[in-house]
Order: sequence, then C-alpha cells, then structure tokens
Amino acid sequence: MQLKNKQDFWSGVMFTLIGLGFAYGATQYSMGTSARMGPGYFPFWLGICLAILGAVVALGAMSPKATETTIDKFDFKILFIIIGSVILFGVLLRPLGLYVSLFLLVVGSSLASHEFSWRVALLNAIFLVVFCWLAFIKGLGLIFPLWPSFLGMN
Amino acid sequence: MELMEHLSLGFSVAFTPENLLYALLGCILGTLVGVLPGLGPVPTIAMLLPITYVLPPVAGLIMLAGIYYGTQYGGSTTAILVNLPGETSAVVTVLDGHQMARNGRAGAALSLAAIGSFFAGCVATLLIAAFAPPLSEIAFKFGPAEYFSLMTLGLIGAVVLASGSLPKAICMILLGLLLGMVGTDVNSGVARYDFGIPELQDGIDFAIVAMGVFGFAEILSNLEQKENRVELEDKIGSLYPNKKEFREAAPAIVRGTALGSILGILPGGGSVLSAFASYTLEKKLSKEPERFGKGHPAGLAGPESANNAGAQASFIPLLTLGIPGNAVMALMVGAMTIHNIQPGPQVMTSHPELFWGLIASMWIGNLMLVVLNLPLIGVWVKLLKVPYRILFPAILVFCTIGVYSLNYNTFDIYTTAIFGVIGYFWAKLKCEGAPLLLGLVLGPMMEENFRRALLLSRGDFFTFVERPLSASLLAAAAVLVVLVALPSIRKKRQETFVEED
Repeated sequence: MQLKNKQDFWSGVMFTLIGLGFAYGATQYSMGTSARMGPGYFPFWLGICLAILGAVVALGAMSPKATETTIDKFDFKILFIIIGSVILFGVLLRPLGLYVSLFLLVVGSSLASHEFSWRVALLNAIFLVVFCWLAFIKGLGLIFPLWPSFLGMN
Repeated sequence: MELMEHLSLGFSVAFTPENLLYALLGCILGTLVGVLPGLGPVPTIAMLLPITYVLPPVAGLIMLAGIYYGTQYGGSTTAILVNLPGETSAVVTVLDGHQMARNGRAGAALSLAAIGSFFAGCVATLLIAAFAPPLSEIAFKFGPAEYFSLMTLGLIGAVVLASGSLPKAICMILLGLLLGMVGTDVNSGVARYDFGIPELQDGIDFAIVAMGVFGFAEILSNLEQKENRVELEDKIGSLYPNKKEFREAAPAIVRGTALGSILGILPGGGSVLSAFASYTLEKKLSKEPERFGKGHPAGLAGPESANNAGAQASFIPLLTLGIPGNAVMALMVGAMTIHNIQPGPQVMTSHPELFWGLIASMWIGNLMLVVLNLPLIGVWVKLLKVPYRILFPAILVFCTIGVYSLNYNTFDIYTTAIFGVIGYFWAKLKCEGAPLLLGLVLGPMMEENFRRALLLSRGDFFTFVERPLSASLLAAAAVLVVLVALPSIRKKRQETFVEED
C-alpha cells in the first residue's frame, strides 16, 4: 500500500493524536451529566470528534483515489535562527534590558536571510531600536526594563 | 428620523480630532500592510492589539477598523501594479487589474478600484446603520440554544467558503475550540489543561496564537522561498479613467456592491467570496466575456467594490449578534473584550457612542482612503522595493514587543515562539490557521451556551432542533456542508480557489 496524500495523512494523524490527548486530559476532570456538565464534558466530546475526524482525514489520504501531495522539506536552520533569536530575546530582556536584547534580536534574526550582510543588519538594528524607543516607550508609554540590570539604571 | 439621530451622534463622536487621527493612522497603517505582500490584516491587528489597551475603546476600535479596510485598498494597489495579491481578497483584482496596467492604464485601474471601493464603502456603511438595529432586536430573542446554533453556522460558513480541504478545516476549528478550553473553567473554577503553569490558567491569548501562527510562521515560509524580486510596472499613466472605461465599470460597481453587501452579512462570508462571486457574475453578464482576463474595467471594478462591501458588511454580525464572521472580526471581539465590552446586541444600547461612532468612522475612513491613496500611489510603489531582509526583522520586533506588552510577561514570548514552530509545521501540512483562530475565540462562548442550553432543557439534546430558530440555523449549516460535499460544486470550488495557492 502506498501513501498518496502525505500532507493529509500526517495532518490526520496529528489531529487524531491531539484529539485523543485532549479527551484523555478531560477524563481527569469531573464529567457531570448532560444537564449539569462538569468541566470535562465539553472538551472530552470535542476531543473525541477531533480524533474521529482526524482518522477520517488520514484514512482518506490512503485511498488510491487520493490526490498526490508531498510534504515540502523543512528548513530547520531558518526555523532555529528565527525562533532561537525570539527566545533569546525573552531570556535576555530581564537581565540585559530592552535596548541590548532588541539589538541582538534584529541582528540574530537577520542571519536567517540568504542575503545577509553585517552592515545592513547592524544599521537595521540601530534603526529599529531607535524606532521602538520613540514609538513604544516615548509614544505609548509601555514599560520595559531598559538597561542591563547590573548597571542599576532602571 | 431615528437613523439620522443615530448617525449624527456617530459623526459627533467620529469627528473629534483624536478619533479622526486614529482613523487616519489606521488607514495609513492598513494601506501600508496591504501593499506589502505577505503581511495581512490578521497579524497586523494582532500586533497592534496590545497598543489599543492604552487607547480609549472607541479610538482603538476605529483604528483597528481603519486597518482592516485599509488593507483591502492597499492589497489592490499591489495586485494591479505588481501582479501579486497583497491580500487574499485582492486575488481576483490581479486578473484584470494587472492586465490594465500592462496596457498602460495602471493609473486608471488604480482610480477605478478606489472609486469602486469608496462607493461600496459608503453603501455598506449606510446598510449597517439601517439594518443593525432591527437585526439586534432579533438577537434579543436568542436563547443559549440559538446562540450555539448560530456559532455553529458561523464556523461552518467560515470553512465552507474558505479555500483548502474541508475536513481539515473542520479539524482546525475543533482544535481551536479545544485550545479555547485551556484555562480556568468559569462554572467550576477548575483550571483545565494548565500543566501546573500559572500563566496558562488565564487561557491562551488569541493574540499569541495569531502572532505565532500568522506572523512568525509567515516569516519562516517567506524566508524559505528566498526573496522573490518583484517587477514593477513603472508607467502609471493617466490617473483618470476615460469615458468608455467609466461607462463599463459603473454598473459593475453597483452590482458588486450589492453582491458584497449580501454575502458579507452571512457569517463566514466576507471579502474573498464576494470578489469571486462578483467576477463570475460580471463575466456572465458581459456581452464580451472574452475581454475578461485581458483588462476589462468591469472585471476590476466589480470585484473591488464587492470585496470592500463584503469587508464592511461583515461588521454586521459582529455588532448585532456578537458573532465574528472571520479572523479579523474575531480579533475585533478580542479588542472589545479587552475594554470590558461584551460584543453583541446590547452594545448598541449600552455603548451607543461606540457603536455609531465606529459606523460613522467607517465612512470617514473610506473617504480618507480615496484622498490618501490617489496621491500616495508613488510612495507605495517605492515601499514595494524595501527588501525583505530589512522588513522581516522589523515584523519580528513588533510581534515580540506586542506580545510582551500583553501582560508584561516573558512567558508569552515563549508561547508565541512555540506557536510559531507549530504554525510552520501546519503550513507544511497545508492546515489553515484562520479557522483555528475563529474556533479559539468562539470556544469559551460556545461551551458556555451549550452548557446553559442543556441546563435549561434538563439535559435534553433535542432542544437544539426543537426550537424553530435554532433548528433553522442548524439546518442552514447542514445545507452548507452538503452543498460543498456535492461533487459538482466541489470541483467548481477547487477551480475558483486554484489561483489562491
């Protein structure tokens, strides 16, 4: 047997697993009756519906009549750089302050572009830090830790 | 005249310098976002949601609404000049709009699109003003069972009319509903699916999901495709359509507006469907259908008017019933709840200044867009030349700062990053994010009404089909599903959406 519609097959598998996961989670809460539902009732049945529908999608993808699709390759390098620099921003925001971590976020994420150049990335980072200072801190009055905490300037 | 009183109240609110400024800001931002391909209204509004916290509710909503219809305008500019839809609703505009530009009539095409949109915007605004009050009267007769059925209809409508695989879209809705369950259960106070993390007890903010799935994942997909350099049509030509073009476009504008207004009111309807429907209609009615796709003014003006009318009219279910018809409207629900305004029929009586002010500002916004757009076309063309390597870090920065300022908590940044990764996987599996977002917003509301309806009926599930109003809403949803499942329509639907991929 051959898997023709790979996209649909894996989506179906994912939906089924997530549905079962939620339904299992719901059994930890009280179910109640249909007249007096507990917190588990609605999510349990939603999860079951999702699991069934997911199975239908996955089975449909295995039928010989299914349209053929493949899953495009994942670009883990880009994924890692972008998501990594966002998480880094989150980690550094408290200890290093907005200016430094924002600067690193821009330069770091720029590495993901296939046209990366240090000059453009650095200029862009400086521009965006100044812009954020003007728009978010001066303009909208949002409160951020601004400077590295060890300097004691906040 | 009650209508006049209402409208004058609305205009008195909308004409304050502050609100005019926010409408203008929204329009400019919206156009900007609409012009840039790959950045749509959903992530933009999600990004800016936190900012509206600091604004008064009326100003915030006016700005968000401005962004919404601004993107409709901006999207068509890119479609006409670059042969690239800046916005999904501009997909149809590409067909004849870009051909007109090729024929050296880019200026005329742009102004026809602007005139058509403005006309449609005016009519749809009046329509909202006229129909919202009687519709919300009906809404007061709604019980929990009716609300549940209406939301079901809205969700089904949203997937049926959207592109892509139907069962997968329904799965995404269910998944969205389930994600909406995360957090403290209002009835029992039990924290569900929180994994012991205190931040999850308040539920997952839809702005986080929207930014992760639409913002981050979009960036990842775009980066992967490398940068597609766009070729610009430099010759814009005369800005004024000639007599013949105008004569051909005028009836199409009127028909497109009518079509868009009707389809926009349906929950789940909206601008994309209206534009497709109008194009098909114009082609059917035309004496020279062979000129469509080669730069027929009616093929541009009709869908342009229809998508603007549809975009505007989709505010009707939101303002009268509290049911968002599409992802943007779902974000508007969020913006209202932030300010402790429960969307629904009571908004009109409890916050008349907000309700009518928003409506009046829609008309003002449309006027601003025409005035803004015609002279600014040159600026937008330049903007299209900003390379993506400068643009995407900026989007990333705004998303991250926006998310952080929701609760001033870095936990939200991490959650967004996780949803970014998930969204990237979903994009690979061709699972759409928009239905998920709708489900997420409606999840808690649906559960609440479901539980209440069954409490009232003492656990009898037939309550949903025994009450006539609820039964007819569910029947309509069932008809929609059956219609789409029919082979002939399925084929047609695939053909219609083929251009979107």
